[in-house]
Amino acid sequence: MQVEINVNGKARKAEVEDRTLLVYFLRDTLQLTGTHVGCDTSSCGACTVHLDGGAVKSCTLLAAQADGCSVTTIEGLAIQDTPTTMQLHPLQEGFKECHGLQCGYCTPGMIMTAADLLKRNPTPSEEEIRFALEGNICRCTGYHNIVKSIQWAATHTTKPEPNQQEEPIDADKHLFTNDVTTGEVVETH
Amino acid sequence: MSNKFIGQSIKRREDKRFITGKGRYTDDIVLPGMLHAHFVRSPYAHARVSSIDLDEAKAMPGVIAIYTGDDLADVNGVPCGWQVNFRDGEAMREPKHPMLIPTGSTAKHVGDAVAVVIAETKDIAIDAAELVMVEWEELPAVAAPADALLPDAPKVHEQFPDNKAFDWTFGNPIEEVDAAMEKAAHITELEFVNQRVVPNAMEPRAYIGSYDETFDKYTLYTSTQNPHLIRLLMCAFVLGIPEHKVRVVGPDVGGGFGSKIYHYTEEALVTWSSKQLGQPVKWTSDRSEAFLTDAHGRDHATKAEMGFDADGNILGLRIKTVANMGAYLSTFAPAVPTYLHGTLLQGLYTTPKINIDMTCVFTHTVAVDAYRGAGRPEATYLLERLMDLAALEMGRDPAELRFQNFIPPFDGVEQPGYQTQVALQYDSGNYEAVLKRGLEMLAYDDFRKEQAEAAKTNKILGVGFSTYVEACGIAPSAVVGSLGARAGLFESAQVRVQPTGKVSVFTGSHSHGQGHETTFVQVVADKLGIPMDDVDLVHGDSDTIAFGMGTYGSRSLAVGGSAIVKSIDKILEKGGKIAAHKLECAEGDLEYAEGKWTVKGTDKSISFGDVALTAYVPHIYPAGLEPGLDFSSFYDPANFTYPFGCHIAVVEVDKETGKVTLKRMIAVDDVGNVINPMIVDGQIHGGLAQGIGQALFEGTIYDENGQLTNGSYMDYCMPRADDLPMFETDRQVTPCPHNPLGVKGAGEAGAIGSTPAVVNAVIDALWSAGHKPKDILMPLTSERVWQAMN
Repeated sequence: MQVEINVNGKARKAEVEDRTLLVYFLRDTLQLTGTHVGCDTSSCGACTVHLDGGAVKSCTLLAAQADGCSVTTIEGLAIQDTPTTMQLHPLQEGFKECHGLQCGYCTPGMIMTAADLLKRNPTPSEEEIRFALEGNICRCTGYHNIVKSIQWAATHTTKPEPNQQEEPIDADKHLFTNDVTTGEVVETH
Repeated sequence: MSNKFIGQSIKRREDKRFITGKGRYTDDIVLPGMLHAHFVRSPYAHARVSSIDLDEAKAMPGVIAIYTGDDLADVNGVPCGWQVNFRDGEAMREPKHPMLIPTGSTAKHVGDAVAVVIAETKDIAIDAAELVMVEWEELPAVAAPADALLPDAPKVHEQFPDNKAFDWTFGNPIEEVDAAMEKAAHITELEFVNQRVVPNAMEPRAYIGSYDETFDKYTLYTSTQNPHLIRLLMCAFVLGIPEHKVRVVGPDVGGGFGSKIYHYTEEALVTWSSKQLGQPVKWTSDRSEAFLTDAHGRDHATKAEMGFDADGNILGLRIKTVANMGAYLSTFAPAVPTYLHGTLLQGLYTTPKINIDMTCVFTHTVAVDAYRGAGRPEATYLLERLMDLAALEMGRDPAELRFQNFIPPFDGVEQPGYQTQVALQYDSGNYEAVLKRGLEMLAYDDFRKEQAEAAKTNKILGVGFSTYVEACGIAPSAVVGSLGARAGLFESAQVRVQPTGKVSVFTGSHSHGQGHETTFVQVVADKLGIPMDDVDLVHGDSDTIAFGMGTYGSRSLAVGGSAIVKSIDKILEKGGKIAAHKLECAEGDLEYAEGKWTVKGTDKSISFGDVALTAYVPHIYPAGLEPGLDFSSFYDPANFTYPFGCHIAVVEVDKETGKVTLKRMIAVDDVGNVINPMIVDGQIHGGLAQGIGQALFEGTIYDENGQLTNGSYMDYCMPRADDLPMFETDRQVTPCPHNPLGVKGAGEAGAIGSTPAVVNAVIDALWSAGHKPKDILMPLTSERVWQAMN
């Protein structure tokens, strides 16, 4: 069958099998491989995208069900200024600032879920964030820094300060002592 | 030399591609003409393949080929990389682990593959696999390790009727330990199961094999932790193809935790098939397949006894364990319950006599191999459960009991390393300090008051301690060779200075979440005194990187980072010769700092970039010196590294329901020097979550037929965001004395210390309310905890 889905602002028409899941339409037909598949039971959330503005697990929807809808994937979250430059979404910045990702596999789903949360609840408590992430599994971070990343994003709408590596701090006095304290930048948010 | 980057929480350079959906994992790669594979797998844990009928499947449009075990008679099985012999000298039993089970042979676990269907699309391959008609003769199966030793247990391999892979003993002679235990005033005895868990990296395994006839060259894209090791094992042991004609690429990899170290049959099969068919072949595991075919972790059944004198000093430790190997011996499997476990039984204590008796058995389950910590979590669980239980039994404070028995501090420089009773010599340690700091963070005295109050209510509280040491930085090749390793465990690194002074670093370590692209570059930029932007890290490709042993055992920085430092030292030495020639001075008159060589006591200097250019445009150049500035090094560590720490869990237990809530998780870890505190904290957090997962949520459940009954994310419970608190972490730094960075490794620590802390906390809570269980089977579900109180 033919579907027409607006993906990241562009109308995309394609012939798909009736049984094609939205996630495979995105990954295989459109080569938007930022949306991942981590399970086969709608349990892990790695495939989370926005459908008409709300977060859905794209492994749980047929492409046919998205016919005529608008889909935003992780690739469509930043504002693309030029073909090679973009303004990241505050959540994307937040995940980088707070080390909210390690292997990166769950990250697109986490960010899309969190974007949906912040749209509905711009100032969530830690408990509300953790509850909202219930459908997304991360195996690397223990969620600690993901929670911090979302808290960071909730309090930042503009770009963060430039990366420390451009303004390095003399670290000598910290090395070989017990003073190397943890994630200071993370803690300040 | 001043450090601008080392010790700083530099934001990760790799993040941009991951947060924008531009990561490139194996399944994201599409090659022209690529075909798709799907496996036909045994639905039974033990069953003979009576016949296979492929006719209907082959007739399906879009099916390109179907292979069975009969087509692969000339292909070897996947090898085991570590040999541990029986204590009486009999060689370790190594049954063939075939690519596909041939007709007439038996499948030995659910998921054992009998055929592979290769088709134009994945859907066609899946549909056609449904049409492959296998006639099975179902046979009885055994899944639990202790059951495998029962006299009438089903046999996994006919030729090994006792189901033993090997048995092993280690430490002091058992007679000496028995004698020590006889003098004990108190013996704490604990029988427990360290249950089987599934690593569950979020990216399922995926492979693409591609054969290029023009160049007679294979390429394998694989979700692996060690591309070079896969190449070596696949070429030399499985397919018998020349190593220089094979490129193995480990692109972005979505987590490993050990499960992506090993060489799996599917890797060799897609590679082999791509040559048969002249087209690339991709296979991507689905999650159900991952549960059935990824190597699992842990799975020990143990009886442990610790003897104390009347004052609470440990006199001896006696252990008998049966460890599950699964149906076949995976790459590192024999090392895990032996040399990565028995050697850690000294823990942080001065225990004078230790013996372990280990029997490793085959069962009708998928292979068990290293999972985050690999043997060390099992050793720590054993020791730390015994310590807290002994304290409860003897009416002692568990922290005090530890202080009394700790090995005193030693830095490995002024004071020698600590020689254990179980072969290892610890490099440096300061154990009392981490527990003291943990107690401070806990506010221990206040907690005990709170606990006493809570004991009167329905929500009781408990605290659990765990103080651990582990062996990382795996490993000195000669040592592991003498212990049965069939590979060296060094690492290689090449530092190539380009003519413009920009630097490419090639490492044999592989990053799949650890942040090497940032951490390693911090080291290089500081050592060379140049901006991080001038340095790039290349990893994961056997064609561009000379060699590598990969990433596991918290070894990347300690071993791989040290190899990089060795190459940098060579760069600076040669650069010094060039600089001296250009500055017309003696090499000894120069000092290197801030990216330039300066004649001491003068303002005459030459920059790193100028020296680099001179090396490649050698017009004014030292006589006899080769052009170029590019060095490779291999680093073989002198010893393991020994991180240590203290993990403390506080739990609340609902007396009415048995529900456990983890209220606090405190971790004070000493992983040696720290290059990037943010990344180290992240590693600790992730390890804690996995360790807590084992204590409270995770564990395989096999039925009497050897079926894994919880092999999906619907059924296998892993920690989710609302199951965990914010972690409370702190750090102590005792540098490693034997590697140039003074680093010890942080990848596994969290998973090693946390599990016993959580279980101890639940036991402590129950004792506070008058119940006195010695053990509750992990994971500590509400039902099991409730049963322990009723």
